[in-house]
Amino acid sequence: MCLAVPGKVLESREVGPNRIAKVGFGGVTRQVYLDFVPEAEVGDYVLVHVGFAIGKIDEEEARRTYELLEEMGAILEADEDAEGAQA
Amino acid sequence: MKYIDEYRDAGVAKGIAQAVRARVTRPWVLMEICGGQTHTIMRYGLDEMLPPEIELVHGPGCPVCVAPLEIIDKALAIAARPGVIFVSYGDMLRVPGSHSDLFRVKAAGGDVRIAYSPMDAVRLARENPSRQVVFFGIGFETTAPANAMSVWQAKREGLRNFSLLAAHVLVPPAMRTILASPSNRVQGLIAPGHVCTVMGTREYEDLSRDFHLPIAIGGFEPVDLLESVRMLVVQLEEGRAEVENQYARSVTREGNVPAQRILEQVYEVCDQQWRGIGAIPMSGYKLRPEFAEYDADLVYGTGEITAHEPEECISALVLQGLKKPVDCAAFGTLCTPERPLGAPMVSSEGVCAAYYAYRRHDGGQDGIRRPVGNRPVREVL
Repeated sequence: MCLAVPGKVLESREVGPNRIAKVGFGGVTRQVYLDFVPEAEVGDYVLVHVGFAIGKIDEEEARRTYELLEEMGAILEADEDAEGAQA
Repeated sequence: MKYIDEYRDAGVAKGIAQAVRARVTRPWVLMEICGGQTHTIMRYGLDEMLPPEIELVHGPGCPVCVAPLEIIDKALAIAARPGVIFVSYGDMLRVPGSHSDLFRVKAAGGDVRIAYSPMDAVRLARENPSRQVVFFGIGFETTAPANAMSVWQAKREGLRNFSLLAAHVLVPPAMRTILASPSNRVQGLIAPGHVCTVMGTREYEDLSRDFHLPIAIGGFEPVDLLESVRMLVVQLEEGRAEVENQYARSVTREGNVPAQRILEQVYEVCDQQWRGIGAIPMSGYKLRPEFAEYDADLVYGTGEITAHEPEECISALVLQGLKKPVDCAAFGTLCTPERPLGAPMVSSEGVCAAYYAYRRHDGGQDGIRRPVGNRPVREVL
């Protein structure tokens, strides 16, 4: 139920009091309400849940965190290489 | 897809699991709350990548699973009425009530429809002015704003043929109940990232302080969950108890303020029954009195319906992390996804369904338990 999928805002328009966007999910597009994420602009990634964007993805945070995680993977690879060389 | 594929990288995942192995010195019991997180753990075999000191137990974060039997019976009573279009998220259709389920009501002629969004139900009400449209609004804090928006929108448009059967549950009061229990084993908590996307992290700071409990706000992909485990293990080994935000790409301390505003406008906090667990004070939402004409429970007078849980289902213990699905005598025999006894076997997020799909075990003639699930461990990483 709490599944939310990241998608890219492709276009948006005002419909009455609502702001409705076309959001792309790797080739599939869906209509998404932007009422809870009014700051989202075309090109932003939003988290979509039951037809509503519930948050905007912070690209800077994502990049920073992922670099740290990748380092952990790289350290493991280096360790495995070192063990292989010893064997 | 961006923000998904990279968080399924096998090399990164193995690196984090290795970091956990390097750090852990003794046994720790960690709970993930959300059913979506449980499914990721089972599907990718994350628990089997972790050192044996780490035990993952599974929490009550599946709204379909904790929706009380009586709300299902109310839904069935309303859906069977002539003239009603009953609209629900797909997960609810096979959840057994006392005597039936929504699929059977539909087969018997009830107009039961599945919707992707509550706004689809509002559209149906707009397009069918001579019919009554009832939306079955279940969900945690993640889903509650969207369901609230459907009521707000219906009122704004003056639609008189739309109502909401609300069954909303809130995570922090349920966690307090579990953590305060004398039988509690949980030493660290992976908090549900999408609930926190909406609500922020303050309530979890209170939980962490009150129970001296390390908490990691966790995402939903394999790398997110392994990193959440690593954060908790580091805290536990260092004797710290704080809230750390693993899911910072989506979660801020304040949460989603516009979504919180619509929650406050449409709902008020109320006592709530949890299937298998019982009543938990101030653990749900109901519609405010000014939205009474949109409250299906009042409109259809179903407030008197009560129900009793089947005794052979141990979901109460499973949903509190006290038992695993495989500890249940009915698991995989009397209770299967095709013929479920309890909701955790029905829902796509239910913990019993996760074990059934990815981690069924056969005893074998040699007594060795082997996974026979349909997704071999780690293959999909």
